[in-house]
Amino acid sequence: MFEHFPFWPARASTSAGQVDALFIFLLLLCGLVCLAIFALIIVFALRYRRRAGHQAEHIEGSNALELTWTVVPGCIFLCIFVWGAYIYFQERTPPEGAADVYTVAKQWMWKFQHEEGQREINELHVPVGRDVRMIMTSQDAIHSFFVPAFRIKQDVLPGRYTTAWFHATKPGTYHLFCAEYCGTMHSGMIGDIVVMEPAQYQAWLSGGGSTLPLAATGEKLFSELGCSTCHRSDMQGRGPNLVGLFGKPVLLEDGRTMIADENYLRECIQNPTLRIPKGYKPIMPTFQGLVSDEQLNALVAYIKSLKQSQPKQAAGSSVAAASQQPPATQVH
Amino acid sequence: MTTAAVPMRERENYLNQEYGIKSWLLTTDHKRIALLYLLSITFFFFIGGFFALLIRLELLTPAGDLVQADTYNKLFTMHGQVMVFFFLIPAVPAVLGNFLIPIMIGAKDLAFPRVNLLSWYIFILGSALMLYTILNGGVDTGWTFYTPLSTEFLTTNVVAAAMAIFVVGFSSILTGLNFIVTIHRLRAPGMTWSRLPLFVWANYATSIIFVLGTPVLAISLALVGLERMFHLGIFDPRLGGDPLLFQHLFWFYSHPAVYVMILPGMGVVSEIVACFSHKRLFGYRFMALALIAIAVLGFLVWAHHMFVAGISLYAALIFSFFSYMVAIPSAIKVFNWTATLYKGSISYTTPMLYAFGFIGLFTMGGMTGLFVAALGVDVHVTDTYFIIAHFHYIMVGGMVMAYLGGMHFWWPKISGRMYPEGWGKLAALLIFIGFNLTFFPQFILGYMGMPRRYWQYSPEFQVLNVLSTAGASILAVGYLLPMVYFLWSMRYGKIADDNPWGAAGLEWMTTSPPTTSNFDEIPTVTWEAYNYDQLTEVPVERQ
Ligand code: HEC
Ligand SMILES: [Cu+2]
Repeated sequence: MFEHFPFWPARASTSAGQVDALFIFLLLLCGLVCLAIFALIIVFALRYRRRAGHQAEHIEGSNALELTWTVVPGCIFLCIFVWGAYIYFQERTPPEGAADVYTVAKQWMWKFQHEEGQREINELHVPVGRDVRMIMTSQDAIHSFFVPAFRIKQDVLPGRYTTAWFHATKPGTYHLFCAEYCGTMHSGMIGDIVVMEPAQYQAWLSGGGSTLPLAATGEKLFSELGCSTCHRSDMQGRGPNLVGLFGKPVLLEDGRTMIADENYLRECIQNPTLRIPKGYKPIMPTFQGLVSDEQLNALVAYIKSLKQSQPKQAAGSSVAAASQQPPATQVH
Repeated sequence: MTTAAVPMRERENYLNQEYGIKSWLLTTDHKRIALLYLLSITFFFFIGGFFALLIRLELLTPAGDLVQADTYNKLFTMHGQVMVFFFLIPAVPAVLGNFLIPIMIGAKDLAFPRVNLLSWYIFILGSALMLYTILNGGVDTGWTFYTPLSTEFLTTNVVAAAMAIFVVGFSSILTGLNFIVTIHRLRAPGMTWSRLPLFVWANYATSIIFVLGTPVLAISLALVGLERMFHLGIFDPRLGGDPLLFQHLFWFYSHPAVYVMILPGMGVVSEIVACFSHKRLFGYRFMALALIAIAVLGFLVWAHHMFVAGISLYAALIFSFFSYMVAIPSAIKVFNWTATLYKGSISYTTPMLYAFGFIGLFTMGGMTGLFVAALGVDVHVTDTYFIIAHFHYIMVGGMVMAYLGGMHFWWPKISGRMYPEGWGKLAALLIFIGFNLTFFPQFILGYMGMPRRYWQYSPEFQVLNVLSTAGASILAVGYLLPMVYFLWSMRYGKIADDNPWGAAGLEWMTTSPPTTSNFDEIPTVTWEAYNYDQLTEVPVERQ
């Protein structure tokens, strides 16, 4: 109902409706309570105004009333808390099989790379009706990925990945803002999110000439940088086999267990000595400063594509071949 | 002390006891120190206000055309730093608290009068550093100093600004210590804890925050300075540091600091509402408890500034939960003020108008707090104008209203003169209207998605920004008026009675203005706070 209300932001994702619902509920609830309080104040102020022949009555207080206006708001607050948390939980839990978009933010631009390999700057094309997951990092200060029409926002930090996901529901062009102050041209760090019908999106994808899928770029890097000399899928390398690693728990030398998510892979490449999988020697050289954030993204995308069960069509042929390797158990 | 020549008609008081600049700069009288603070923070209020005005003018049009982007960034940074650290935090505690707490509890001075003077000098040292920062080209970190932007990517006076705030922090710590010891040790005979005015309770709660929180702020700013100079790698991920660590440290103090900027205001409003309803405050005990609860719970909610910063899901849940918990005592306060009006005898003096304004605006600010504490909604509105509006409703709509209300209420006591009531009402009205016009549109802007700290913006946001700027100009007039008529009244105002409002409380039982030692004889308290049933009302015509 608020869709065409002036001053209401466009609603173009699945979470937008959810956030709006809670927001409108809060508007009504708080609006009513505010009105009630203001009405009481005005009525009291007029009715008990100071005048000849009127005297204030001495009232100490009332435990029953205090209890009421502690417990009742408390319960209402609890409900709002749960509702808000529910939405947040969904916003923070990306669905399986979302398309990854690797994002590198820097003063003052947004660089995107699709799994299929397309690169974009300050503009991001996405199809309607598909889950899209942003895997983001920053090259300098903290930025924040904010799309008002999707009602999502996520800070983008240097030195690690943060993620956000959305499911666009309505074609159109929407604002992308940097929401975390990041220096001189913070207000210029803006862009467009172009939501397209799936057919158009496919056309757009194939329109840009042939690009190498991100995972395939990663595969190339993987051999160029010499990773493949140690990390081999036949268990003969000096480093652990990376097939099927992504998403699995890894037992480390120091006894901790970590899930091998994007951040884990990133850290292992940049600072291999920080996390040694059990049974291995810290012989892997550090690649910090040697690979750019974009190359790191490609490597991560490649290692992620080395899955045992479901081959990724997006990845190149040899990548697909790698993922058809017999399931090797993670021994480390 | 030498007794200077006193004009025949005037009674001896703390203002005419001694004359000359030295008698002020070396004073240990808490009342004179309060006035020193008053001068200093008023100065900063107008500097911060001037920055705000330039910000609003820049935002009249979507294009960045009035000032350069870097200048704009400096303006909002210094507006925030000046207003928060050099005006709002000291406003009620250091001015009204300093003046009133000893008198309200029946003491001759604070427990450590010299330390009190020292804290003002520390404040002045910090002020000098801040002025140096401003005059030397400013600083553009945002008042929050987020790393690694502040430590790695800016070339402005970051270290000087951090030092300035580091230094004034110690002034707060000393004031807090002084208040705590004073309230514990120097209460007059019979002035039990349950007889303390809520203003004293509020400042007690505030002092706890000063003492426990400010050191953490000092440390985090010191770390920013060190990291900038020596690249220690505390916050810089390239050196193995964690940029989020700074946010945790910063908000660990700066969230409680938000309560520093409201609790004393609640104290002021409680005094005013009781006086002009001529009635004991409804639920005194709950009001006092709520103040302490806010101060304590306020320490457990800092990461609600970081819901999208990259903290874990479960941390977010916990901090959202506690944010709702701290909303409960705030709600209790609003209900109790409202209930106090019931069957009172209400007169609409200027301080009371400010108190009404406070309750209304604080309620709206608090209610929008429920919006931003809801995780799902906060993701959308955080770092937008919704947040700007929300905290201005609390800090300007709440605290500045309370501060001005308090200044009017106690002005007869402070200066011995009455301010002109008609002008007072006019200014209160202008401020209320101007405030709402300035900040209400910003809620809408925020929900539409306009991010904060934007020098240029998308054209669809312009209408609301123009409204906001129009409101700001009304607000500016509203703030200038009291400045003018307070000064005027010091010479031409009607001589004030000792108790012009018919108010309860020890401060109204001594002379206006009080003598240097506050009381000729330390009073013995045999009555409860707000014993309005034993006091006669002042009829409306005589106020
Ligand atoms: C000199 C051999 C060597 C080279 C070259 C090498 N690694 Fe490693 N890698 C290792 C060893 C040994 C380990 C386990 C010990 C450790 O983490 O330091 C490891 C661990 C890893 C892990 C963590 C694996 C797990 O199971 O937790 C990842 C991911 C990884 N390497 C990726 C790479 C990438 C990408 C490259 C190329 C840029 C690379 N490695 C180059 C030897 C190597
Ligand atoms: Cu940015």
